[in-house]
Amino acid sequence: MSDNVIAAGAETSLAQEKSRPLIKRRQYSFKRNNFVGYLFISPWLIGFFLFSLIPISASLALAFTNYDLLGGTLKFTRLENFDRMFYHDLRYWKSVRATLKYVFFAVPLRLIFALTVAVLLNTKRRAVYFYRAAYYAPSMVGGSVAVAVMWRQIFGAGGLVNTVTGADIRWFGDPKYALGTLVTLAVWQFGSPMLIFLAGLRQIPHELYEAAAIDGAGAAQRFRRITLPMLTPIIFFNLVMQTIQNFQQFTQAFIITGGNGRPLDRTLLYPLYLYRRAFVNYEMGYASAMSWVLLGTIACLTAVLFLSSRFWVFYQGDSK
Amino acid sequence: MSSLKNVQKAAVPFELSKRQKQFLKGLLYHVFVGLIGLGMVYPILWMVAASFKETSEIWTHVDSLIPQALHLENYSNGWKGIGGITFTTFYKNSFIYAGLGTLFQVSASAVVAYGFARVDFAGKRIWFTLMLGTLMLPDQVRMIPQYIVFDKLGWVNTFYPLLVPRLGGAPFFIFMIVQFIRGIPTELDEAALIDGCSKGGIFFRIILPQLKPAIITASIFSFYWTWDDFMTPFIYLTQPELHTVSVALRSFSDPASATDWGAIFAMSTLSLVPIFVIFIFFQRYLVEGIATTGLKG
Repeated sequence: MSDNVIAAGAETSLAQEKSRPLIKRRQYSFKRNNFVGYLFISPWLIGFFLFSLIPISASLALAFTNYDLLGGTLKFTRLENFDRMFYHDLRYWKSVRATLKYVFFAVPLRLIFALTVAVLLNTKRRAVYFYRAAYYAPSMVGGSVAVAVMWRQIFGAGGLVNTVTGADIRWFGDPKYALGTLVTLAVWQFGSPMLIFLAGLRQIPHELYEAAAIDGAGAAQRFRRITLPMLTPIIFFNLVMQTIQNFQQFTQAFIITGGNGRPLDRTLLYPLYLYRRAFVNYEMGYASAMSWVLLGTIACLTAVLFLSSRFWVFYQGDSK
Repeated sequence: MSSLKNVQKAAVPFELSKRQKQFLKGLLYHVFVGLIGLGMVYPILWMVAASFKETSEIWTHVDSLIPQALHLENYSNGWKGIGGITFTTFYKNSFIYAGLGTLFQVSASAVVAYGFARVDFAGKRIWFTLMLGTLMLPDQVRMIPQYIVFDKLGWVNTFYPLLVPRLGGAPFFIFMIVQFIRGIPTELDEAALIDGCSKGGIFFRIILPQLKPAIITASIFSFYWTWDDFMTPFIYLTQPELHTVSVALRSFSDPASATDWGAIFAMSTLSLVPIFVIFIFFQRYLVEGIATTGLKG
């Protein structure tokens, strides 16, 4: 049954490439070879079972136990982990709050910067390659420990930011500012969505803008009526990817806060807390339960985004 | 009529010609975009500058990008590392992880991608969809059981947990290479098939040589993510002599004990050198890779 879909796909591509003789194509495409096919995908298939499917199932099972890797007796504890997480673990909720705040500020801000700069860089001016490199550079080094160390110092007590602005704020020490400062680091790295937006902008047919200009549309109107609607599929893609990624932010928060979510757990992002439960306290069962809540949250949010997409994402060929 | 035009022109003596307007617009653009661009790279330049400053100078001349004197000893002091283990060891470990890790991940991905793109077999669509689905999984769900098993196997403090999972390829690169293979015309495949070439032969003799750009792009990203990776080596390589550069940098810059900030910034700067070298030499592949496949960074 799944092969029908492939066959259908092959037929549409056949229809598209009329110049090619029919017989030849059929001879090539429709000769099935299960053995060879599975042989070629076997590295991934084996890896999928060993390193994805089995571990994920195992973590689901572990979520209902008290497994601790320290040799304590393994017990099936039913929903105890979840009960503890939701009703007794205050730190858990602090980490949830920090993560949601982080995601809800970092993702939109990142996308707004990415889109604005992409529009600015979408010209045929000469130095544009140079600028593109400059704007992408922070994202390229973004995940590294070096950059996290640097950010900590720049926002330190006697650091660059305080010196330049004349402020006297302990950016990462003050509970009021710590998470926001972490968000600035994320926003600074808008390079990848920017490049994706740039590619999308280049694909918008020029005739649309010309027609709008003839009709007397100003720059702002052209942006709102042409650029934005034409970009919605790419905005959607970036939104989904960024949401998934930002929920998993670990390295930067870990390096900057010393791994414990200082100050007052304001920067205790979910993956950070999960790491502490699993590898500092060795509460593998509890941490597994946490990881499944994370998976569920990401899955639900992605589903909501997909459902909402039919109301605001515009695909070419739609009558809307 | 023409006299009226002249009068109008004379009335506005400062009106700019079209060319002048264009020039001013361009100037404004470059000043604006250039200045923000400078702001973007400023923190990186700042760190590079700090790596040449004396530690006291880093904090007294905070905003200066030009060191008063080049303190190259920051680099030699930093290289001495921590606890008698020099950065030679850390770089060796990082190159083992990033080098072999990239080799395994990309070559496996190419083989798997060929299977998905050019061989027809039962259940192909289901497996392909499943593979794309794993892209959305947070790493945290796999991490714990994987750790437990690798721990039981006695693989903690070896490179096996870092390298063995990479022999299965990575969904992201598989997808990227599949897209690339789909763009290669099938005529050559067909000709080879008629000449009696096997599927494996077609892969090695016909597809692989044409995959060069895709493989370069995948290798760059694989290398650069592996080089930056902190979590995996941090969990599995706990002995100091097995630390990678990223893990070593963390202990080296520990705010509780660190004092020689010149050396810390020197080693931080040095850790970014492989990434920048790759960026400069392969910028074209990088940008195209991101733009066509929409990957993270």
